[in-house]
Amino acid sequence: MSNNAQIPRSTNWEIGPILRALLRNKVGALLIAIQIAVTMTIIVNSVSIIVERYHQVQRDSGIDEDNTFYLSSLGFGESFNAKVTIEEDLAQLRKLPGVVDAIQINAIPISGGGWSMGLKTQAGAEFDAVGVAVYMVDDHGINALDLEVIAGENFSHSDITWREASQSSWPNKIIITKAMAEALFPEQAWASPVGKTVFINDVEPMVISGIIDKLQAPWPNWDRLENAMLSPERQNYDSSRYLIRTEPGRRDELMPIVEKFLADSNKQRIIKGMRSLTETRERSYRGNHALIKILSTVMIILTIVTGLGIVGLASFNVNQRKKQIGTRRALGASQGAIVRYFMLENFLISSGGVLLGAGLTIGLNIVLVEVLSLQSMDWFYIPIGMAVLWLVGLIAVYGPAKKAASIPPALATQTV
Amino acid sequence: MFNYYLKLAFKSMRRNPILSALMITAIGLGIGACMTTITVNYLMSADPIPEKSQQLFYVQVDNWDPNNAFNDDDNSPPNQLTWTEANNLMAAKQAPRQAAMAKSGGIIEPGNQDALPFEASIRLTFSDFFPMFNTPFLFGSGWDDKADYAREQVIVLSKAINDKVFGGENSVGKTLVLSARHFRVVGVLDNWQPVPKFYDVNNGAFDEPEEVFIPFLLKEELELPSWGNTNCWKSPEGEGFKAFLQSECINFQMWVELDTPQQKADYLGFLSNYVNDQKALGRFPRPMNNRLLNVMEWMDDQEVVDQDARLMMWLSFMFLLVCLLNTIGLLLAKFTGKAAEIGLRRAVGASKGELFVQHIIEAACIGVLGGMAGLVLAALGLQGIKVLYGDFVDDLASLDLTMIAVAMLLALVSSILAGLYPTWRACNIAPASQLKSQ
Repeated sequence: MSNNAQIPRSTNWEIGPILRALLRNKVGALLIAIQIAVTMTIIVNSVSIIVERYHQVQRDSGIDEDNTFYLSSLGFGESFNAKVTIEEDLAQLRKLPGVVDAIQINAIPISGGGWSMGLKTQAGAEFDAVGVAVYMVDDHGINALDLEVIAGENFSHSDITWREASQSSWPNKIIITKAMAEALFPEQAWASPVGKTVFINDVEPMVISGIIDKLQAPWPNWDRLENAMLSPERQNYDSSRYLIRTEPGRRDELMPIVEKFLADSNKQRIIKGMRSLTETRERSYRGNHALIKILSTVMIILTIVTGLGIVGLASFNVNQRKKQIGTRRALGASQGAIVRYFMLENFLISSGGVLLGAGLTIGLNIVLVEVLSLQSMDWFYIPIGMAVLWLVGLIAVYGPAKKAASIPPALATQTV
Repeated sequence: MFNYYLKLAFKSMRRNPILSALMITAIGLGIGACMTTITVNYLMSADPIPEKSQQLFYVQVDNWDPNNAFNDDDNSPPNQLTWTEANNLMAAKQAPRQAAMAKSGGIIEPGNQDALPFEASIRLTFSDFFPMFNTPFLFGSGWDDKADYAREQVIVLSKAINDKVFGGENSVGKTLVLSARHFRVVGVLDNWQPVPKFYDVNNGAFDEPEEVFIPFLLKEELELPSWGNTNCWKSPEGEGFKAFLQSECINFQMWVELDTPQQKADYLGFLSNYVNDQKALGRFPRPMNNRLLNVMEWMDDQEVVDQDARLMMWLSFMFLLVCLLNTIGLLLAKFTGKAAEIGLRRAVGASKGELFVQHIIEAACIGVLGGMAGLVLAALGLQGIKVLYGDFVDDLASLDLTMIAVAMLLALVSSILAGLYPTWRACNIAPASQLKSQ
């Protein structure tokens, strides 16, 4: 050892001897490096997936989710009259103390089930349509869904028509979301489509009477999630769905009251499927939440396994080199120099690992994008991942290195 | 000799308890993660009707929009049929067995005054449904083919509905009120839960089967609602229920049973002729695009295995890889630490082969212990999946004997693989080099 008499402050980092020692135990070093690389691949891709899913879960539906619930009324029997029942129900519900507003609606945002149509700016089957989610509501729709008309105006009571079962024609007015306005008229300012005509069913004209700020379609995985329209209709169906918005904090108190009230008011129907929007969100995004939790757990366990693996191997190395370490100490190497030796050794191995890891991470991400159509990850995850794995390696090796440093110089004089 | 090696293996493990525990834990975690995800994937991609999944075919024809393909990506035909096709293809009777079907729902009013009416899901289908899909019957049987076209109000109940309405007794011959009509019960199914629910994957491939089954043509008679998924490329011409049935809207599925390749070829020929006839009538504006996929091909086409499940399985294999690398490193360290002992044994006459076997057995022991830990962890992992995903995965998260065998095999194979290199290194220690330092 050439630098045995060195002063601790020296700038000689002993890279040469470390590399030569590493080359004598190539496989051990390689194993740790690959382990770090694969661990980094999993962790960085997982983080990227978690962030993507987290953003999906966080998207705002546009409605007052905390204070909204819905239920279905299913009429049966010969004497059930849907029109009368719906009008009475809505009139009574709107009068209930604590209820802000109530509407009949054909689909619930976030719920996963709904109705879509295509709108065109030119009439004719040959033109392309823009997909849109249809919500059939009356003039209370804006208030019940907590929407804001940012251009044009809400429907008036006289705009509302009855949709019959299997009816295929549409009313002549429509309110669309800002996102839909931009999708239909990409060249123009978002407020300018008010008063313009769009076509549904290829040729049926509808005049845009208003634009609302934001309302999500019912399908959380749809790529045009904010393309939605309101159609001024009530549905003359035996099976009808009501959406009720309550005063803040009164939802849970009102849910059983409303359910009982509707069930008692008419024995010719059953009330079912009552659910809050909060629960609907939880159900629709359950897969995302589950994946986030599973991947987080995997990341933590994996980091621990890799860390412990490094601890185990480093401890063994220390044990193997006890005599050499003792000799170095006896020849004047400080404790710090011993710790530095092991830390530097680990740093070199980790560096190889994270460089390989960066390549594997990008490779796996390409595969995931190709095969499972995930989003490709942002570049900055990679340097962060590299730094984290470096740190894990250094923390893991610190304990064994400390232990090595505490080997007494006297050991050199003993036989093992 | 084997027993002696086993003894040596356990002695050696006890000598470094922390290191051994670390290796067992690492293998256990890797196996546990893999088994959890493999089980979910295995059950999701299971063959729901193994005895005849090769003979059952899903019928597809392309009645879609001349300007837009149903599926832009792969130009596959629409995933369902129109009412018109369902009826025409059934009436042609060109397959030994055939059943068009659809999902609907209605209100059941139990005769008992105390019991409240409730909504039930309905499968509208033909009499061949029951023999074709080998549905198990608790009481009675399906209806006969005369009932299909006579539009008889006959009904087959699921076990759950029979329990609910008739208290589980033999209800064959009794009357049930559904959608305000009186139906005669002809059969009660035993528990029947095909996983996946292959015959209609529209509302979730792992949904429960419908609660009652009635003849298909009653859809028209009773104007039953269209549940499941309805897709239209142009809106019905005219108003009303009849117009919907006559439209180009798809809401219906159809399966045929074809026992030989010849029958399949004949049926495809029939479909071509049928589509040409329809083209002559001014329908089917797109190029001919008929398809007959068998059960597993259809499951594959409909991507019933969840993408997230596949993602997790891949990640878990990488996880196992890390755990194995970990084990290789630790075994290497451990066997190197035993160099003196190995040298001594070599010097007193043990052959390389004997030492190899001894150390492979030690690695395998760690593998078996790790495998057992892995099984426990997999059981926990599957419980965790149930908690996280809710009820609908109940059928997708249970370990069976096959999975347990796979787990142990995976553990054994991977630990022996992990042990190969360290063992080889250990056996190559020159006896003299070690004896010198003693």
